Amino acid sequence: METYYHPHDLNKFAEMGKGNPELWEKFLAYYSAVFAEGALTEREKALIALAVAHAVQCPYCIDAYTQACLQQGSNIEEMTEAVHVACAIRGGASLVHGVQMRNIVQKLSM
Amino acid sequence: MGQSLKAQGRPLASAAEQLRILSAPNGFPPFEQKLAEANLLPLRATGITVFQINVGKLCNQVCAHCHVDAGPDRKEIMTRETAELCIRALAQTEIPVVDITGGAPELNPNFRWLVEQARALGRHVMDRCNLTVLLLPPQADLAEFLARHQVEVIASLPYFRAAQTDAQRGLGVFDKSIEALRRLNALGYGREGSGLLLNLVYNPVGAFLPPKQDAIEKQFKRELERQFGVVFNRLYAITNMPISRFLEFLLASGNYEGYMQRLANAFNPAAAAGVMCRYTLSVGWDGTLYDCDFNQMLELPIGNGAPQHIRDFDAAKLHTRRIVTANHCYGCTAGAGSSCAGATTHS
Repeated sequence: METYYHPHDLNKFAEMGKGNPELWEKFLAYYSAVFAEGALTEREKALIALAVAHAVQCPYCIDAYTQACLQQGSNIEEMTEAVHVACAIRGGASLVHGVQMRNIVQKLSM
Repeated sequence: MGQSLKAQGRPLASAAEQLRILSAPNGFPPFEQKLAEANLLPLRATGITVFQINVGKLCNQVCAHCHVDAGPDRKEIMTRETAELCIRALAQTEIPVVDITGGAPELNPNFRWLVEQARALGRHVMDRCNLTVLLLPPQADLAEFLARHQVEVIASLPYFRAAQTDAQRGLGVFDKSIEALRRLNALGYGREGSGLLLNLVYNPVGAFLPPKQDAIEKQFKRELERQFGVVFNRLYAITNMPISRFLEFLLASGNYEGYMQRLANAFNPAAAAGVMCRYTLSVGWDGTLYDCDFNQMLELPIGNGAPQHIRDFDAAKLHTRRIVTANHCYGCTAGAGSSCAGATTHS
């Protein structure tokens, strides 16, 4: 079946460097620096990335950071909690917009 | 408890079948090509500092990732005669470390004799222990025996939680492992200043690579002490080798191609330069000599004119022998590298 997303396309990510190698190199350098151990461990950063991957619903990132989390020694319980954090923020973001709805209802209603 | 691949009559019980699968083109370059690119071909030994004796395939567990295909149904174990040949060869050398492995090496009736002889020669002895063996009634005095002979215990524990550990090593293994670790701790193992070394082995519970050794060691130390009051010295992070039961898992789960590509993509020339086969001699249960325990299980004996049996042991010929390699060797050269002593490079 035709689909926009193919798992093997993840391996072609580096082809994005062909259109503008300089920007690609800068992105990679930045990306590597972001995920290197700092005030947060690499394991913690991978869990954050996993949560964000679910928030932005990027299947490539979910694949990559599921593997990265396992490889960093995280377990399914920690990873599930990270996904729930993404879910809570996404759900909360929808719900808090209900305040706008309520504001408008209030303005329009007698 | 399951059965070995051999007892089940599975095709992958055959070393030839494993090598056939590993050598077929499958999206990764041949290992020797990578070695050549790293200027490491031919790969040669640099001496022998570890004398590793695999005393047989008999084990009280049937772990899902076992590269030996060990289990209670495996009866191939080293005889006293072959053990004596090992000690005779060892005595001719000054090889400082004797690494005894299996199966569960302690189940070989000659295990304690081997330990005593190697210690009498003044060598450091390591026992690759599955932990649960310490709780078997006939082995009730094993932990005390190991402590009395100052044997370093290298114990398998793939994770600090039961679900993951039991998924790999069998239902109930985690709880028994914790009990065995507490018993070792009570004897002084893993405690500062005791001189009794207790090192753990982490290996991934699935088709992914291990974390950085230092990072996962910190996590293990924190969790094992906090949850169970267990302490240990070092944690060795080991990559799962794509042979035997782990290969069976990779193929059955559709992970083989991806895992091999991941290993090949992570090839690290520094790790390749430090692989354990360059300083290890591996003796099989029947006395055959190998470059490592993995080659042993793939029935790839030492080649290129060096002696192939312990009765023909010749240190000079073995010291600079050419190492036999194949595509499974990617398992030792990925990322920070992997060996029986964990990572071969350090960040």
